Amino acid sequence: MKYKIQNVARQVGLLLLVVWTVVSLVTLLIELVPGDPATAILGEQATPEQIANFNAKHGLDKPAFFFSYDGKKGFDWHGADNRYLDYWKGVLTGDLGTSFRTDRPVLDMILERYPATIKLAVAALIVAVGIALPLGVLAGTNKNTWLDNSSSFVALLGISLPTFVIGPFLMYVFAVKLGWFSPTGSANPEDIILPAVTLGAALSAILTRMIRSSVIEELGEDYVRTARAKGLSERKVVYKHVLKNGLIPVVTILGLQLGVLLAGAIITEKIFSWQGLGLLLLDDGIGKRDYRLVQGCVLVISVTYILANSLTDLVYRWLDPRIRLS
Amino acid sequence: MNRLTYIGLAIAAIFILTAIFAPFIATQDVTAQDLFMRYAAPSARHWFGTDALGRDVFSRVVYGARISLEVGIIVVTVSAVIGIFIGAIAGFYGGLVDKILSGYIFNVFLAFPGLLLAIALVAFLGAGLGKLILALCVIGWVGYARVMRGQVLKVREYDFVQAARALGASNMRILFTHILPNAIQPLIVQASLGMAGAVLAEASLSFLGLGIPPPAPSWGTMIEEARGIDILYNAPHVLFFPGIAIALTVLAFNFIGDGLREYLDPKQRQR
Repeated sequence: MKYKIQNVARQVGLLLLVVWTVVSLVTLLIELVPGDPATAILGEQATPEQIANFNAKHGLDKPAFFFSYDGKKGFDWHGADNRYLDYWKGVLTGDLGTSFRTDRPVLDMILERYPATIKLAVAALIVAVGIALPLGVLAGTNKNTWLDNSSSFVALLGISLPTFVIGPFLMYVFAVKLGWFSPTGSANPEDIILPAVTLGAALSAILTRMIRSSVIEELGEDYVRTARAKGLSERKVVYKHVLKNGLIPVVTILGLQLGVLLAGAIITEKIFSWQGLGLLLLDDGIGKRDYRLVQGCVLVISVTYILANSLTDLVYRWLDPRIRLS
Repeated sequence: MNRLTYIGLAIAAIFILTAIFAPFIATQDVTAQDLFMRYAAPSARHWFGTDALGRDVFSRVVYGARISLEVGIIVVTVSAVIGIFIGAIAGFYGGLVDKILSGYIFNVFLAFPGLLLAIALVAFLGAGLGKLILALCVIGWVGYARVMRGQVLKVREYDFVQAARALGASNMRILFTHILPNAIQPLIVQASLGMAGAVLAEASLSFLGLGIPPPAPSWGTMIEEARGIDILYNAPHVLFFPGIAIALTVLAFNFIGDGLREYLDPKQRQR
């Protein structure tokens, strides 16, 4: 019990440390912008007064950090009234600032788009499992045959083909040539299929390989021999016994990959004009130099990613006593 | 090594030779526009057809190999050097240094989705070849550092390291002339997979408009320019050829990395 609490405490501690680092990075990244955000937004013709107003409105007139360093003057202490602390106070009270462009709260803009991205990621996960499970079992139970080799080849192909190659190809075949789906947007319920397949392709390839090696490993266990000896059909042996044990590591990967899917969704959303968080980041954030929005999107995507990973890790530890006790 | 590894090596060789001899292989000027020849289908004059501005797609794909190779080699080399150095220090010194490096810094970098970090860096720094390479190195080094740390932890217990120490060799000498050569194998695998990753990441960022700005013939940019519905409908070749080029290159380096890993790890070889 003591070990368990220590372990969980260490996990939570690390999680907090990582989140703190990410928020700090995101906060300070805005300082890297060449020139200043006000000129980037208002243009070269902006009067000094307009720039001063803009800076005051978004808190950009304050110093960036607790102190600054100047080659001539050395360290200069600014105290607690700085942008870094302001952003932190905002984050902790659920305020990610207002958009430089639209003056809307960044959090509202993000929450509007968040469900679409989650929906896409979950759909991709379902597609990936749907492809990988039969393919992986087929390859594992027919080790070193042409079936195995060709499914391994398909899997490697899936890993190597980038999203932005698969996406337009699928769009060309199924939307342009066959006309089964609309090429972009999310007007109809079935419009999620092409983006979900595109996003899930790489994951399905990884899963296929995992399920294959898992099945091969489990097939060599004693309980399989027992199951066969008592006269179970091969089908029952595989689906009732082998898969049950073989899927434990696969489940972990699924949790970890949900985070990867969230980040990968940025490209998929661009290909299919899917109105999610990725498109918000690219078009409204980076495209329009709305740095406050970029900060918010990067923060929300990475924190979701980190939380998904940590949760998976905790659940896995709890599920598998071998790890829990080690 | 299995057959796929050899196929990978062959494709990688073609890719590297194409990049080196691009000026001799390309049939046209990559930036030369011919607005009367927009979206021309593949022909004897334009082997892969032409794009929206009538530029020769074949020549652009050939020169694209150069950009990919350049980015790949620089990113892999710089990330590997930084990663090996930091990983070696973490593994060799252990204690608090290792706790801070592998317990905290590695975990932070691994906890952050790599592509998102690269996007964020480029978004704030601005697009361009140098900044793209910088962003990819920032996300790339940690993989090497982790592998190197693990190797050093293993190798430093060997007798020959103790012997070197007994002979009075300095820490740096032990690290770089005794431990490193024995830790290099998994790093080669990592570098091969890293090459695939770098080529893919460069193309991804260029596709998102955050990489190398046009008119440079980056494969990612070419796909970005070719993904409109009407272009897909009328001139799919503009998308097809750069797409195949990226896929083959990434596939090749993944084949090599996978094959090498299997070759170097006898446990996997038997399976």
